[in-house]
Amino acid sequence: MSDQLLAVDMRNIRRQFPGVLANNDVVFSVRAGEIHALVGENGAGKSTLMNILYGLIHPDSGEILINGKQAHITGPRDAISLGIGMVHQHFMLIPVFSVGENIMLGREPVAGPDFYDRGRARKEINDLTKKYGLALDPDARMGDMPVGLQQRAEIVKVLYRGASILILDEPTGVLTPQETKELFVVLRDLVKSGKTIIFISHKLKEVLDISDRITVMRRGRVVGHLTTKETNEEAIATLMVGREVLLRVDKKPAKPGAVVMKVENVTANSDQGVPALKGVSFELRQGEILGIAGVEGNGQSELMEVLAGTRKTTGGHILLGERDITTYDARTERDAGVAFIPEDRRGTGLVLSFSIAENSILGRERSPKFSWRNVVLKLVAIRDWARRLVQEYDVRTPTIEVAARNLSGGNQQKVIVAREMASKPKVLLAAQPTRGVDIGAIEFIHRRIVAERDEGTAVLLVSAELDEVRSLSDRIAVMYEGRIVSIEDPDTPEERLGLLMTGGGTRREGAA
Amino acid sequence: MTALGDILHLLFTANLWQAALAAAVLLLLPALGGVISERSGVVNIAMEGMMLTGAFFAVVANLAWHNVWLATGVAMLSGALMASIHAIVSIRFRADQIVSGIAINIFAAGLTVFLVNRIYGVQDIGHVGQSELLPNINVPGLDQIPFFGKVLFQQNVIVYVALILLVLMHLLLFRTRLGLRIRSVGEHPQAADTAGINVYAIRYGAVITSGLLSGLAGAFLAIGVSNTFVPNMTDGRGYIALAAMIFGKWTPFGAFVACLIFGLGQAIYDNNSIIHVSPYLLSMLPYLLTLVVLAGLVGRSTPPAADGLPYVAGSE
Repeated sequence: MSDQLLAVDMRNIRRQFPGVLANNDVVFSVRAGEIHALVGENGAGKSTLMNILYGLIHPDSGEILINGKQAHITGPRDAISLGIGMVHQHFMLIPVFSVGENIMLGREPVAGPDFYDRGRARKEINDLTKKYGLALDPDARMGDMPVGLQQRAEIVKVLYRGASILILDEPTGVLTPQETKELFVVLRDLVKSGKTIIFISHKLKEVLDISDRITVMRRGRVVGHLTTKETNEEAIATLMVGREVLLRVDKKPAKPGAVVMKVENVTANSDQGVPALKGVSFELRQGEILGIAGVEGNGQSELMEVLAGTRKTTGGHILLGERDITTYDARTERDAGVAFIPEDRRGTGLVLSFSIAENSILGRERSPKFSWRNVVLKLVAIRDWARRLVQEYDVRTPTIEVAARNLSGGNQQKVIVAREMASKPKVLLAAQPTRGVDIGAIEFIHRRIVAERDEGTAVLLVSAELDEVRSLSDRIAVMYEGRIVSIEDPDTPEERLGLLMTGGGTRREGAA
Repeated sequence: MTALGDILHLLFTANLWQAALAAAVLLLLPALGGVISERSGVVNIAMEGMMLTGAFFAVVANLAWHNVWLATGVAMLSGALMASIHAIVSIRFRADQIVSGIAINIFAAGLTVFLVNRIYGVQDIGHVGQSELLPNINVPGLDQIPFFGKVLFQQNVIVYVALILLVLMHLLLFRTRLGLRIRSVGEHPQAADTAGINVYAIRYGAVITSGLLSGLAGAFLAIGVSNTFVPNMTDGRGYIALAAMIFGKWTPFGAFVACLIFGLGQAIYDNNSIIHVSPYLLSMLPYLLTLVVLAGLVGRSTPPAADGLPYVAGSE
């Protein structure tokens, strides 16, 4: 190890946040010219460590060596001048600016007193994109670009600043399988031309595919330095979680019963008023999980909201059993037996400043179980109820009076899952049920969803994680541009699903 | 019908348009201040207070030193001082920017009334010789052009300054490197920060610039248009400037067009003696227009994405 030049050498990094030791004597080193994966669950301290390297956060103690030299990084400017570039998980792009302006920002070419030199900017970008084979139109508006190209712009932005060490924070989270493949080709080319890459991810398959070495973090500490060739998915997952985890979902074959929900040619508009659903039809049966695969923004969110009663349809019908529930609002849907796990748990799923107990009856506060004559809350009954749910659904919290805001993402999600499942629904709508949740909680939520199915509930699942859709679903509906383009078996190869998700592939008979 | 006829007749007189342009400039300066402040991501509704402060100190300095240029400079500085309070409260302490703006407006109204009474013991002050006011300048030659000469080239010096500032502000925001950075800070401060741009410095600069511009407008009002300081003499112009800024979609020229419309309303009102319609009805005109604008009847106006959001370094 010592005979090879270290591009990054972070020694005994320590950083305390109120209540959490985010980095506890972290030792992290990256060899020049390698792809080094940094893995760990949410809150393990990966982002803190990388933000320290990029100068956004200052460590309490520890030292950093870049290319063998002691470095004092007090801000992104120092990091940039040391040749460190970061592609953030949430893109640092300005939608109303052009691609060129976004790339140049902070190091703009000027003419005259201080005039932005558009011509020179265009030329510099074209030179760069040609050199690395990353085609981009500098004059296009950033907000009009697909996510894959936005990410490409982020990479070019970093290269333009002369970075030799690239940090990529969860770069594949927003990409389709095809885009991910393209990204990996780009990354390998970059390494060939002498760059060093730090790849942060929680998708272990990808980590094994792309990296040379792996550093695993758990609860602020480094718990393993691994060589990719000598390890496997299970070993990494065990290190990440601290115990053995079940990566595969364990489930029996489904026993689908009668049709519970029938969606016929439903159309609806997005928030911007443009058609988001262009005629969606499907049937959902008792005791099955129908998964919806698709690149985000193809109407999945709108579909779930329409079914949950929080978005109006512009046409078509939704039948629950024999009842037409097309015009039902959220309250009547809920009363009719439709439960909804929304994709945005902090914005839609919970009232963050409310306690767990209060959150556990949201939407059911009118039930005689929880209120007297719909006016006075029965606090004792509510507390008992909340305590039961917390126990049954393994919500890790000191008391039920804790504000939802103070729970971890996984525990917040468990509160919602508990509330929705405990209502004994006929139909369970689960939108991104495990987004941003750690592996332990994912495992738990998956088990509960399957258990719910086995009890006869009809489950409709939307997830941006193709792996999740494939492992949970009994049937997979692929959505593209507001339509269901095909209904597939869960063992359909990833390549075919990826193709369908981007509008390619042959469509199956019978799917509208 | 006669009222409409009167107004139509009025619209063809150069006098009306000359007055309209001067009234528009009084709104344009604070509106430009609002544009640069909000483009950097700091909501600024304190132009009213900064303008009022500027008006007061312009008169005080003019009475003390009998130098109108020095007085104008003092007015701008006093506006900038008020603005820096808003900047510190909203950037450093991340307080609610609307509340801070309202506080400054109320504070300015109280402070100026208090100081007038304290220093001079009277309600209104001013009244220096005509030669000690901001001068009107006729541009030789050009001022003889029929109609346009009177409207464009027989104006107060501040009108010319404001029109130059209008062009400069447009160039600054949309053609220069600094402008690109100001807008990036207002759209996505995290992105700007990670690109190595000093978010706080840019926001302080932008807010203080809005104070300088509003102070200049105050000076124009107190020692240009009139020759006195009267409590609350800004009379809501800072707020109308705010509406003009929104009307103009946060662009200098857009705001200018809005200011012209409001200025025209003001000029028609000032000429009410020759129109046979209630002056009170006419005085509502600019405000009615403001409401129409804010209701979105002239197309949706989208503010900078990070307008009003305090920035904490290192957060997402």
